Amino acid sequence: MKARYISVPYVIWMALFVIAPLILVVIFAFTSEAGGFTLEHFARMSRYVGIFANSLFLALVATAICFAAGYPVAYILARKESVFRRVGMLLIMLPMWMNFLLRTYAWMSLLEDNGLINRFLTFLGLPGISVINTDGAVVIGMVYNFLPFMILPIFSVIEKIDRRTIEAAQDLGANSLVVFRRIIFPLSLPGVLSGITMVFVPSVSTFVISRLLGGGKTLLLGDLIEMQFFGNAYNPYLGSAISLVMMVIVMVSIAIMNRFGEGEEGAMLL
Amino acid sequence: MSKELIRLENCVMEFDGEIVLNSINLSIKDKEFLTLLGPSGCGKTTTLRIIGGFERPTRGDVWFDDVRINDVPPHKRRVNTVFQRYALFTHMNVFENVAFGLRISRTPEAEIRRRVAQMLELVNLPGYEKRQVNSLSGGQQQRVAIARAIVNNPHVLLLDEPLGALDLKLRKEMQTELKRIQQQVGITFVYVTHDQEEALTMSDTVVVMNQGNILQVGTPVDIYNEPQNAFVASFIGESNIIGGIMNKDRLVTFSHQQFDCVDSGFAPDEPVDVVIRPEDLQVVAPEEGQIRGIIRSVVFKGVHYEMMVENSSFTWMVHSTYQRQVGQAVGLRLTPDDIHIMHKS
Amino acid sequence: MIRKQAESIASSIARRVSGAFGNVYTGLIFFFLYAPIAVLIIFSFNASKSRTIWAGFTLDWYIKLFQDSGIMDAFGTTILVSVLAAAISTVAGTVAAVGLQNLRRRPRSILMAVNNIPITNADIITGVSLMLLFVSAGKLMGFTLGFGTLLMAHITFDLPYVILSVTPKLRQLDKHTFEAAQDLGATPFQAFRKVILPEIRPGVVNGLIIAFTMSIDDFVISYFTAGSRVETLAMAIYSMTRKRINPEINALSTILFVSVLTLLIIVNVRQARQERLAEAAMLKPPEEEV
Repeated sequence: MKARYISVPYVIWMALFVIAPLILVVIFAFTSEAGGFTLEHFARMSRYVGIFANSLFLALVATAICFAAGYPVAYILARKESVFRRVGMLLIMLPMWMNFLLRTYAWMSLLEDNGLINRFLTFLGLPGISVINTDGAVVIGMVYNFLPFMILPIFSVIEKIDRRTIEAAQDLGANSLVVFRRIIFPLSLPGVLSGITMVFVPSVSTFVISRLLGGGKTLLLGDLIEMQFFGNAYNPYLGSAISLVMMVIVMVSIAIMNRFGEGEEGAMLL
Repeated sequence: MSKELIRLENCVMEFDGEIVLNSINLSIKDKEFLTLLGPSGCGKTTTLRIIGGFERPTRGDVWFDDVRINDVPPHKRRVNTVFQRYALFTHMNVFENVAFGLRISRTPEAEIRRRVAQMLELVNLPGYEKRQVNSLSGGQQQRVAIARAIVNNPHVLLLDEPLGALDLKLRKEMQTELKRIQQQVGITFVYVTHDQEEALTMSDTVVVMNQGNILQVGTPVDIYNEPQNAFVASFIGESNIIGGIMNKDRLVTFSHQQFDCVDSGFAPDEPVDVVIRPEDLQVVAPEEGQIRGIIRSVVFKGVHYEMMVENSSFTWMVHSTYQRQVGQAVGLRLTPDDIHIMHKS
Repeated sequence: MIRKQAESIASSIARRVSGAFGNVYTGLIFFFLYAPIAVLIIFSFNASKSRTIWAGFTLDWYIKLFQDSGIMDAFGTTILVSVLAAAISTVAGTVAAVGLQNLRRRPRSILMAVNNIPITNADIITGVSLMLLFVSAGKLMGFTLGFGTLLMAHITFDLPYVILSVTPKLRQLDKHTFEAAQDLGATPFQAFRKVILPEIRPGVVNGLIIAFTMSIDDFVISYFTAGSRVETLAMAIYSMTRKRINPEINALSTILFVSVLTLLIIVNVRQARQERLAEAAMLKPPEEEV
């Protein structure tokens, strides 16, 4: 097929709507409100170190919980018979197909001070807990929303591990613990790595979860950016600068993950 | 063999400044089985693709029945191709695959049915119409690919290493099969392979290619018996190739000895390549041989033993039906007919 | 002998216990995933506005939902933008994927890297960057954020998914398939329509479905690129959740959940049936050579 020119419209589209906008972000980040070159936005960012730290911390905690909770599920489901596997995966994916605002909203009513969880605790005669509008609530929201992103890639990698590899290891005298530690886990690493990025990136950049479950008390990077474009703090230049920093964070985290994977192609969700 | 059907004139092919075909000239006659033979990268597939219309020569002309067809796209050429891995359409069954070309040319349905059935008969797959191509074995897919091409009544069938994916036994069967089909439909076959045995078995004409050049064109017997240079000699069959000096017509020196030979027309004392087929060397007692040496190895090859005989200047490969011992001293005899002299390449 | 037996019994018990433990654990995770949704659904039928106290059964919220012109408009916008964006990006993406396949390695890998940017990048950055582009270009060319910019944004993040799902199918294709069709008399266009397209159809359909769901589900990028006059369903939900407690949201969730569930079941039953058919066809052993 010689028809490479038929991809030209696509190439132009991607240049216009993917590359150009990112270049604009960079330009805006270094432009002062008067229109000249400036580094002032980055200098101003020192004020937000706390927010940066908190965003990274909460995203890391959420990612760690997702990994700890999700890996066993992926492992157990991947080794079930095909019918259970299929149904299990559908059950993991189904919530993802519902709008994530609705999923987050669901937790608002559960976590409220007089919400269902506290009512249940009171019913059991236990003291109530105050979770809503705390960092804890935000982390719960992240874990709930992004857990499937951790389970799916790990599942699809473990599922594809050739059974004969495992049998070969057993044949060579490995017990099931050794098989897992030396064979299955290393082979599932690409899935783990892509799961980690797929949870970390949306967690570190969210503003909806913190807004709904953090009650505006927990300010994250996403909130900070959103405020520069929609709030009364309107300042797209500063917003672009923060976006640029976030982009760097995202790229660095992906690069680290790729480094771990030693160039292996991360297992895509698709 | 009748008139010329296809002619390539000074065809040059360059990819990214790299010359793949070096100004080749080739004439293909009607109804012949012509094989392009050579190692990978020699330009044989490119030549085939130029005839099929998938590549346009950088320079030079392609003639078909005395019409220049350089600019005729593949779908307008009366040429069909059997591709290397068959390129069957996996979303269609056998019938639809074979019928594809007929449907494109809007052949009436009844006619399509008749001709597809006839073709499946020809390739020994009657009753396979409804089968999915993925469920067929390699050999069967091969037959479908041939039927799909021939059903369109092409003047020429191009085959690009069609047997490469099959195992040895099947390959042998298909060689006979292909020859039969060619004779039955009576059209020109242009066949590409790197397998010299395949080329010698099936072809009327063999074209030996290397590094973008045509080295020799001839019948299988000519090519085997009268290779024109050392490359052809070594590529086709096995050969001992040793450097020598052509003293004068019909007299050559190699291995520190003078030999009578049948070649002439070389400059006095011209350095040449001397080619001797292993089966032409006769193993005799040391004192009876023109060349003396020690047997270094003996390997049983089924019909014959392959022995390496070492003397001071060369290690000779010898084929013989009698077994001898490693370490034994022997003589090698050869007649003037067995010595082929070639210009240094 | 006896020891061996005891060992094997012990290990089988251990396996069963750990298997049971695994099942319980998986069950707990499923509970964590579905309990909140169940609560949402239950309270969509609650007669009072409370999100925690049950006050009797009602369908009022559903009726109110369908009378809410804001939500209905937003729903219409979402469907329209999703259908358009998915259709356009599927056609454009399929054509582009074919072209990309024919590029040399280096330009192709660069383009694939660019293709992955919208997929891996944080939504908020994609949204912000597109907003900057649309606002800047709008100032120059005299347009404002609206349905047009929303649609362009959706096409932009749908396209990469189409490319990603079509490309592997193209790669599986015998590299001579396109030539084979032309060799048999098909024009390049016929070869594409009658051979290439049917061969890669599963990838194209898959791309269409993914693009559509991505568009339906998107909130962040729409939020930044739709402007103030146009609202998608996700944006409407966002402003509702921010303003007040409103059981209409529960009703909406229920409807969405049930539709997704039905769709998934239909798709999977069909897929399972096709796979079984395909398997049956593959299992028929290739016959011996004749």
